[in-house]
Amino acid sequence: MEETIIRAENIKKWFPIKTGFFSSLFSRREISVRAVDGINLEIRKGEILGLAGESGSGKTTTGRILVRLIEPTSGKIFFKNNDITHLDESGMKPLRQHMQIVFQDPYESLNPRMTVGDIVSEPLKVLGAAKNELEIEKKVYTVLEDAELSPPQEFIFRYPHELSGGQRQRVATARAFVLNPEFVVADEPVSMLDVSIRAEILKLMLSLVQKYQTAFLYITHDLALARHICDRIAIMYLGKIMEQGTNEQIVFEPLHPYTRALIAAVPIPDPSSKRIDVVIKGEIPSPVNPPSGCRFHTRCPSYIGNICREAEPPLLDMGNRHLVTCHLYDSKVKS
Amino acid sequence: MLKAYITLYSYLKQNPEGKHMPLLEVKNLTTYYSTRRGPVHAVENISFSIEKAEAMGLAGESGCGKTTIALSLLRILPWNGKIVEGRISLGDKDITKMKEDELRKEIRWTGISLIFQGAMNALNPVYRIEDQIVEAIRTHEPHVKKREAKERIAKLFEMVGIEPSRAKNYPHEFSGGMRQRAMIAMALACNPSLLIADEPGTALDVIVQAQVLKLISELKNRLSLSIIVITHDLSIISETCDKMAIMYAGKIVELGDVMSLFKKPLHPYTQGLISAFPNLKAKKQEMISIPGSPPNLLNPPSGCRFHPRCSHAMDGCVKKEPAFVEISPGHYVACHLVGR
Repeated sequence: MEETIIRAENIKKWFPIKTGFFSSLFSRREISVRAVDGINLEIRKGEILGLAGESGSGKTTTGRILVRLIEPTSGKIFFKNNDITHLDESGMKPLRQHMQIVFQDPYESLNPRMTVGDIVSEPLKVLGAAKNELEIEKKVYTVLEDAELSPPQEFIFRYPHELSGGQRQRVATARAFVLNPEFVVADEPVSMLDVSIRAEILKLMLSLVQKYQTAFLYITHDLALARHICDRIAIMYLGKIMEQGTNEQIVFEPLHPYTRALIAAVPIPDPSSKRIDVVIKGEIPSPVNPPSGCRFHTRCPSYIGNICREAEPPLLDMGNRHLVTCHLYDSKVKS
Repeated sequence: MLKAYITLYSYLKQNPEGKHMPLLEVKNLTTYYSTRRGPVHAVENISFSIEKAEAMGLAGESGCGKTTIALSLLRILPWNGKIVEGRISLGDKDITKMKEDELRKEIRWTGISLIFQGAMNALNPVYRIEDQIVEAIRTHEPHVKKREAKERIAKLFEMVGIEPSRAKNYPHEFSGGMRQRAMIAMALACNPSLLIADEPGTALDVIVQAQVLKLISELKNRLSLSIIVITHDLSIISETCDKMAIMYAGKIVELGDVMSLFKKPLHPYTQGLISAFPNLKAKKQEMISIPGSPPNLLNPPSGCRFHPRCSHAMDGCVKKEPAFVEISPGHYVACHLVGR
């Protein structure tokens, strides 16, 4: 079994909402957005975990917590069995070269006044990961070649505005992989790109993950893409993980009613399967005041009674690392 | 009654042989945007037609001219956009030749209406939704009284699945999906015969998107609406449309019914686009992409506009533009490879 690179234990992140002066006088209650509300996950070496869910379900926040761009409200994060939850900046700095992130929008995540060479070499300089200029140059050239930005000598002097969207995302990917990290988060890396070039960026990421044996968290709302590139998929809803399993388990044997609804709602690019059935109604509730008990009970088609409204469902292991959070599969409830 | 006779008369006058006429017919439509660096060839020489109660999907990458077609059909292009050539006929009216006030009374909203891209943000945040729809109705049908318009809105809201009493709310009180539904209600307010939905699914979550697509298909059957769905997502088209047109760099490269286009795509671009779409349920296959990126329409490539990215490109593709030919009934394609 491969080594676990990153593990999250019951992490929560509540963002407080600023209330006005008067309401803060009259009400003691603190209001907060429960973006992430108690999730557990682990990613092993060379494994790709897809984190899927509707917008506002807390996917991005989870990704940022795992690379410690945000400190969690509670819970623990382990990087190779070391607790990194409360490390300060100086404690985090040596770890930064092992965990990197690729952002969603390649038009905004690259500094328009830096050349490609500067952008890709900056992490090496900031973290002191290379001994001298020569080594920096060598590493930058290698990673640019890996990112299929070749010939590299032609690209290092270009500015982001001279590149197409796909090339920009390649630069962002090269910047993340130049440090040879052990854990990379990619937050919707292709959603801003044109359909015809999405596949090549994903293929590039896959080949880099394979080459460097990175643990990879792929955040997406597109289940069809997740199915094709991930090893495992976790389905998030309102700050909680509803189901986790291999992509085959999630797509072909979904257990949680929410996963089932999500799978059924994905349009299929095949006209012979004309099918539009929408089993669940309404939209995702506000994370400020999430429903009690199971968060999905307000929309659930297989609601089984008061227990869903009152008790939070436990995390159940259905075998083969297929995890589900639903009362339907709890043997105690059944009996 | 008299009005009906007049329309029948003018119809017969135009079609003395009683020839079949589609609801909308677009012939050789060419639209340019003038910019300081020269004209942008956004839409060039496009022809298609739509029958009553037929849904057509218009697919292509961003910047290929999908939205420009929608704007040309309603003649609401921005100041620098101009229809250079072509004819757009809705029934017996030629939209390209009509005057502004005729367009407002006879075409916009009463003939063709448009659900804008990003419908969530297309509503004015400082007016009640009801007032916005009343305004739309009374602009295009000035004789309608305010009370009648409000009654109509209540019926429309029921049809799209929103509680009619919510019409008095402001847009921020609606969720994304409800705003999209309200936009659909607004688009249907004047009983159009053609509805254009520009990217109806983007910015919505999968489940809400499925609800909206289902609503659109239901309305199509119930009101025998003709629909144009503009999207980059082929799976949305395969679920809602009868036929589809694939656009590349301002041109339609392939047009045909959804089934044959998905099963037997002839143009290399269509083939590429279809294989670039992962299918959730199908066997895990390698994703294929089209190398390169779409061209700049200020200076489109010579010959076939797809040749710089095409893996089958030949010498002829660079020099000569392929003709848009009918391969089998209703299936058109513009490629030198086909029919050789």
